[in-house]
Amino acid sequence: MAILEVQHVSKSFGDTEVLKDISFSLEKGKVLSLIGSSGSGKTTLLRCLNFLERPDGGVIRVNGETLFDADDPETRQESEIRKKRLHFGLVFQSFNLFPQYTALQNVMLAKELLEKEKPDYKARKKEIHAQIEKEARALLDQMGLSDRVDNYPHQLSGGQCQRVAIARALALKPDILCFDEPTSALDPELTGEVLKVIKGLADQETTMVIVTHEMAFARDVSSQVIFMDEGCILEKGTPEQVFEHPSKERTKQFLSRYTQG
Amino acid sequence: MTFSEQFPIVFQALNVGFAQTLKLFFVTLLGAIPLGLIISFGSMSHFRPLSYFTKIIVWIIRGTPLMIQLLIIYFMPGLVFGNNIWGGDENGRFLAASVGFIFNYACYFSEIYRGGIQGVPKGQEEAGLVLGMTKSQIFFKVTFMQMVKRIVPPMSNEIITLVKDTSLARIISLQEVIWAGQSFMKGNMGIAGVIWPLFFTAVYYLIFSGILTVLLGRLEKKLEYFR
Repeated sequence: MAILEVQHVSKSFGDTEVLKDISFSLEKGKVLSLIGSSGSGKTTLLRCLNFLERPDGGVIRVNGETLFDADDPETRQESEIRKKRLHFGLVFQSFNLFPQYTALQNVMLAKELLEKEKPDYKARKKEIHAQIEKEARALLDQMGLSDRVDNYPHQLSGGQCQRVAIARALALKPDILCFDEPTSALDPELTGEVLKVIKGLADQETTMVIVTHEMAFARDVSSQVIFMDEGCILEKGTPEQVFEHPSKERTKQFLSRYTQG
Repeated sequence: MTFSEQFPIVFQALNVGFAQTLKLFFVTLLGAIPLGLIISFGSMSHFRPLSYFTKIIVWIIRGTPLMIQLLIIYFMPGLVFGNNIWGGDENGRFLAASVGFIFNYACYFSEIYRGGIQGVPKGQEEAGLVLGMTKSQIFFKVTFMQMVKRIVPPMSNEIITLVKDTSLARIISLQEVIWAGQSFMKGNMGIAGVIWPLFFTAVYYLIFSGILTVLLGRLEKKLEYFR
């Protein structure tokens, strides 16, 4: 069964339609890459999944549970959104780490706040805290940052910041981890280390949706690729289908710009 | 009386006056720092009537002299409405002055807070949201410290200004340090017609604002641990 189902999602900002009838599904443990030129709606789609934008129409389902249905007012309630967001993690282009916290604190903060809301938090405070810290350290270790846990974001390189941001998103164990151009703010050298980490997650069968301009990476890591243009899905398929045998002229035109270097 | 005979008497009286100055200073900060935050929320509210109302209040308070505000607050209840709610003693004057100062400074602070809060990148809030935080958790755990860091320099400016603005309470005869200095012109404790005690009050302001400058500078340094 598909872990993520998106059906007929549409979104407009004023008179501009940025998403038109977007439908796709994603299997558990698979990686979906969204490619396309700037302004094609990739980022908006990702923001809709994370409830940072509210679609005007369509349905979003995770594990068969309807998280959003434009026609069902029950699913549009503001109070429920917070819980629904936790199905998704989002890694931003500009990292958005909290500058006043160390790498470790960045990873721990949200989890601690969630635990605090549970009734038995007070009684088991120390135990819970220790557990969260252990998990956070393990995640940072996995990201290759075990010697950076006590550094503040401004003391880290862009690539290190992005890896902390990935650890922060993973700390809440989302069903689906989304990346919004995770390497676009990095120079080529630092891009490699972040892509390596994402590749590692793909190998561990982390379900991911990745918006990227790194075509070679998308081809290597994805099981499914969607090419978007002007708010529509123009092409959808395996990396081989999309990259080797694109059916639309527009896709060929877009891809040629990358293959020409 | 020679200068060396006058000095201890004047010094004693000015100290008493300056204690009142300090009291007004700290009470104003204690009231205006939280009230300013509430006003800033009002002016940033998405509920239009509230944000317009707040902005008009801030415009009136910032657009008129504090001295006039003090006169209105202190004299209007008694002279216009025939009900002097403040009473005629020093406590009443202090209360009236506190109300005026707190409101006035809260309005200035609110604009500084607003700048500080709106200066925190939108991505910080979004990062909090996708991590399942509530709006208030985001404000207190994410935005707040970044706001504090941003507002320390402009707040320092306002706080130093407040030190000297407390002298405006002289207009409703609050017995602060200027009032104490002036008393030796009219005649007080056997000293009359001398002007130097009034001039000497400047030393108090200078020393106190010097101490504050050092303390606020240290606070700014302390917040340099993040960027």
